[in-house]
Amino acid sequence: MDLVQMQKSLQDYTKSLFLEGILDSQFLQLQQLQDESNPDFVSQVVTLFFQDSDRILNDLSLSLGQQVVDFKKVDPHVHQLKGSSSSIGAQRVKNACVVFRNFCEQQNVEACHRCLQQVKQEYYLVKNRLETLFKLEQQIVASGGMIPAVELGF
Amino acid sequence: MSLFHVLGFGVKIGHLFWMLCCWFVSWFVDNGIEDNNNNKSGLLVGSVGDLEKTNKMTTLKKKNFFNRISTCGLKIPSFSYQFLGSVKFNKTWWRKLVVAWVVFWLLVSIWTFWYFSSQAMEKRKETLTSMCDERARMLQDQFNVSMNHVQAMSILISTFHHGKIPSAIDQRTFSEYTDRTSFERPLTSGVAYAMRVLHSEREEFERQQGWTIRRMDSLEQNPVHKDEYDPEALEPSPVQEEYAPVIFAQDTVSHVVSLDMLSGKEDRENVLRARRSGKGVLTAPFPLIKTNRLGVILTFAVYKRDLPSNATPKERIEATNGYLGGVFDIESLVENLLQQLASKQTILVNVYDTTNHSQPISMYGSNVFVDELERVSLLNFGDPFRKHEMRCRFKQKPPWPVLSMVTSFGILVIALLVAHIIHATVSRITKVEEDCHKMEQLKQKAEAADVAKSQFLATVSHEIRTPMNGVLGMLHMLMDTELDVTQQDYVRTAQASGKALVSLINEVLDQAKIESGNLELEDVRFDLRGILDDVLSLFSGKSQQKGVELAVYISDRVPEMLIGDPGRFRQILTNLMGNSIKFTEKGHIFVTVQLVEELFESIDGETALTPEGTLSGLPVADGQRSWENFKAFSSNGHRSFEPSPPDINLIVSVEDTGIGIPLEAQSRIFTPFMQVGPSISRTHGGTGIGLSISKCLVGLMKGEIGFSSTPKVGSTFTFTAVFSNGMQQTERKNDPQNNNNQLMCSEFRGMKAVVVDHRPARAKVSWYHFQRLGIRVEVVARVEQALHYMKIGTTTVNMILIEQEIWNREADVFIKKLQKEPLVLSPKLFLLANSVESSMPDAFCNGTDPPIVIVKPLRASMLAATLQRGLGIGNREPPQHKGPPALVLRNLLLGRKILIVDDNNVNLRVAAGALKKYGADVVCAESGIKAISLLKPPHEFDACFMDIQMPEMDGFEATKRIRDMEEEMNKRIQNGEALIVENGNKTSWHLPVLAMTADVIQATHEECLKCGMDGYVSKPFEAEQLYREVSRFFNSPSDTES
Repeated sequence: MDLVQMQKSLQDYTKSLFLEGILDSQFLQLQQLQDESNPDFVSQVVTLFFQDSDRILNDLSLSLGQQVVDFKKVDPHVHQLKGSSSSIGAQRVKNACVVFRNFCEQQNVEACHRCLQQVKQEYYLVKNRLETLFKLEQQIVASGGMIPAVELGF
Repeated sequence: MSLFHVLGFGVKIGHLFWMLCCWFVSWFVDNGIEDNNNNKSGLLVGSVGDLEKTNKMTTLKKKNFFNRISTCGLKIPSFSYQFLGSVKFNKTWWRKLVVAWVVFWLLVSIWTFWYFSSQAMEKRKETLTSMCDERARMLQDQFNVSMNHVQAMSILISTFHHGKIPSAIDQRTFSEYTDRTSFERPLTSGVAYAMRVLHSEREEFERQQGWTIRRMDSLEQNPVHKDEYDPEALEPSPVQEEYAPVIFAQDTVSHVVSLDMLSGKEDRENVLRARRSGKGVLTAPFPLIKTNRLGVILTFAVYKRDLPSNATPKERIEATNGYLGGVFDIESLVENLLQQLASKQTILVNVYDTTNHSQPISMYGSNVFVDELERVSLLNFGDPFRKHEMRCRFKQKPPWPVLSMVTSFGILVIALLVAHIIHATVSRITKVEEDCHKMEQLKQKAEAADVAKSQFLATVSHEIRTPMNGVLGMLHMLMDTELDVTQQDYVRTAQASGKALVSLINEVLDQAKIESGNLELEDVRFDLRGILDDVLSLFSGKSQQKGVELAVYISDRVPEMLIGDPGRFRQILTNLMGNSIKFTEKGHIFVTVQLVEELFESIDGETALTPEGTLSGLPVADGQRSWENFKAFSSNGHRSFEPSPPDINLIVSVEDTGIGIPLEAQSRIFTPFMQVGPSISRTHGGTGIGLSISKCLVGLMKGEIGFSSTPKVGSTFTFTAVFSNGMQQTERKNDPQNNNNQLMCSEFRGMKAVVVDHRPARAKVSWYHFQRLGIRVEVVARVEQALHYMKIGTTTVNMILIEQEIWNREADVFIKKLQKEPLVLSPKLFLLANSVESSMPDAFCNGTDPPIVIVKPLRASMLAATLQRGLGIGNREPPQHKGPPALVLRNLLLGRKILIVDDNNVNLRVAAGALKKYGADVVCAESGIKAISLLKPPHEFDACFMDIQMPEMDGFEATKRIRDMEEEMNKRIQNGEALIVENGNKTSWHLPVLAMTADVIQATHEECLKCGMDGYVSKPFEAEQLYREVSRFFNSPSDTES
């Protein structure tokens, strides 16, 4: 594939992520933080996010699967997830977490289960997309191109 | 003012009336009760002391009560709340009082009724008594007169009948005499004389008289009518011990002659009693013989000799010669008597013989009783044995006691009316109070709603801002893609709209904050001139585009550093200047900053405004009118101002030559969302909220804002603001900002410039800006003068600055002259122009250097840069202080050691990345506990960013612990216990701790400060905010180095 075309498709892909609301401006800021001194910053952070989130979702599934749900344990997990997702700009995960926390406060087990599913769904979506994004970037880098700088437009 | 007077007068009048009423009522009640008291005690003859006492007590109470009301009345003008309050408190008490009042007056009215009617009764009784007594006395008198006459007659008989022999009286003489003297005995119907005849003398007596003695028993038993009366039919008297035959009789009673008086039961008793007592005696009333009417007979004994008054009955009987009897026809007599008296119609008289008490014998009058009231008068007819009495009654029943009824009813009505008034007043007051209470509740509700509205606005605005950022970001990205011209245009428009929307939201947020009172001003040191430069550069593009001259003049006397809220000050200025730019198409916009004192000093020398005196030569609105209504200036009479020494009172005016504000819109210019007209917002945009916010902000700065505007000429907005002086004299040289200025100045210090400008106002602005750079300026009006000055001048002139206006006019002359006689040391030529486009004159076709154009508005930094370029000096870049935040942040954070505490790995990583990017040395901690262990003094951290919500130990708790540790350390340092380690100058520990939080709510902010944190940043870091917070703690490195 042509390098220019690859760059264009990367740009389009990034845009589509924003348009679908999967990512927000925070992700752009994250990209801004990446420079020569710290070339893999974004992917590092995102990988960290994936590790953390996998663990948290696991814990959440366990906690909610129990006979008596201890909401005092559930809530910090959700908060954690919300914090990290907002940090990397995974907007839809974050929103799902906000809803989740509301139901935690109400101690609504059934709704929490539904929310967990929703959060998982959103999480896998963003994971999927980001992995694709990184793959695209790696391809560009591999073929010797520059990753087009994303303008911070705010 | 006059309305107020009228109101006051009304209140006074009302008060007077109220006092009068109180006084009157209290007087009335007091008197009334005292009267009652007197009456009652008089009536009861002091028998019931207790009652009297209680009455007095009530009087006292009443007095107190009314005194209280009148004292309350005194307080009426101040609408004493206490009074109302007490009324509320005593609502039930009032009700009881009203009931008591009604009951009391009911009793009073009943008593009045009873009293009055008893009075009437009494009077009636008295009338009856007097009338009755009068009648009785008259009857008695007349009777006595008659009796005396009868007695006199008895003496006559004893003298002329028994005393003379032969007798001088016979039946004929007697009857004639008695008939003729009967007028003297009006009460007697007839008189008769009976002689005492013993049985032994009977025959001789009968023979002498020629008739037999007859008895009258049968007569009495079988009373006959007058006509049928036949004396001859009577039986002769049976044999008796003695007889009392009637020998003489008046004609009216001539039928009794020869009748034995002793044979009649009544007469016999009478006769016997008469001779025994020697006085006149009366019979019981009985029907008279022949007339058959009721009558009594008065009998006197006739004695043979004059007996002493103490003679015994026996002697009297012995001496008796005969008996004289008078017949009294009571009925006719009483009638006669009553005829003579007035008002006989009203009274009914009965006469009774009450000798036998159980069976009184009626002597006169009917027994028809109408009235209960009866008066009994005793009658003394001279016979102690017989008792008579007269009983009088009124013929009519007593009339209705109209007077008493009316009086008592009247009292009751008045009392009820008063009670009603009191009741109405009390219930009215209660109602008003309830209404007031309701109003208060409504007010609270409304206020709550207002707060809710503001909160809602704030929330919504905040929520809108977030997605708007996305929109703007995407638009920005979109612009970088390959778009054709039309698309580019669309995107630009969309972005402009978006930006407008964001700024609108910011304004609404401000408004909401101001309305909910949440807006607080900062107190930081700032450079006023710098801010004005900033604002100027903000508008420079627009002004150049429009060809409007923009200028700022700040008086020398305004200190370089002030303490206040620069952001808000800037906001006000931006607002006013934004408006001016919007509405000005030609001419100028001129911002002047002065001290208020200075303004007043300059007024004295001020001349009338002429168009030439203004910046662009166009007429402007009279600026003085915009501030002459300020309260601070007119507090004591005429315009004057008393500056308080530590405060700096600035007066800032923004003068433009725009379209002005229509007169009808001038009154609502500061009302939120009110604009001059709908067409204005269509042509010029804007929301109309800016001026209202500015007004609020000015108010917060303890200043005032005003304007004067002439349509089609222009407007001048003026506001004052109070700041404190940020310049201590000693500090002056060390000031970092000042350093900056000094750096700039040093390059130009000692230079001399000539400004060619014929407008003094504009020249003054130029002068001010060059002065700031340390350049000495000479202002001349014409080019020739400038040249002349340079020739004769002792000092070298480094530059000539020519106004574009003059240049356009005189450039040719100037250049020619310059070419003709070139100066030894040719000064640099600068042109002061309003816009870049204003063309370079074509005259520079020959070798002379083209003049360098300085594009207005003049700003220190820009001016310095241009001059540097022009003069070819000082390539050194002055330190950038007003650069983009990211750069400054780098300056601030470079090499700082910062601890980040967050339990979330991702967050930690991102935050660390962000801070590292700015050059900070970042250390991470995953929990509050770890942070505490790291931050145990002594340590080398310069700042700490702390997440608030963490498991085990949250940010608040951790910060508290850190502060505790620091305090302990500080104590030890003070006591000299602890070594002052590494940082030799560190005498006290206070690590800046900033909270990292996702929700930026006021409450959280306050909580942060309470726990000893120094500030907060929102979680995804924003460069601007980070800079704002961080710059509060870190001075720039250059500062610390120096």
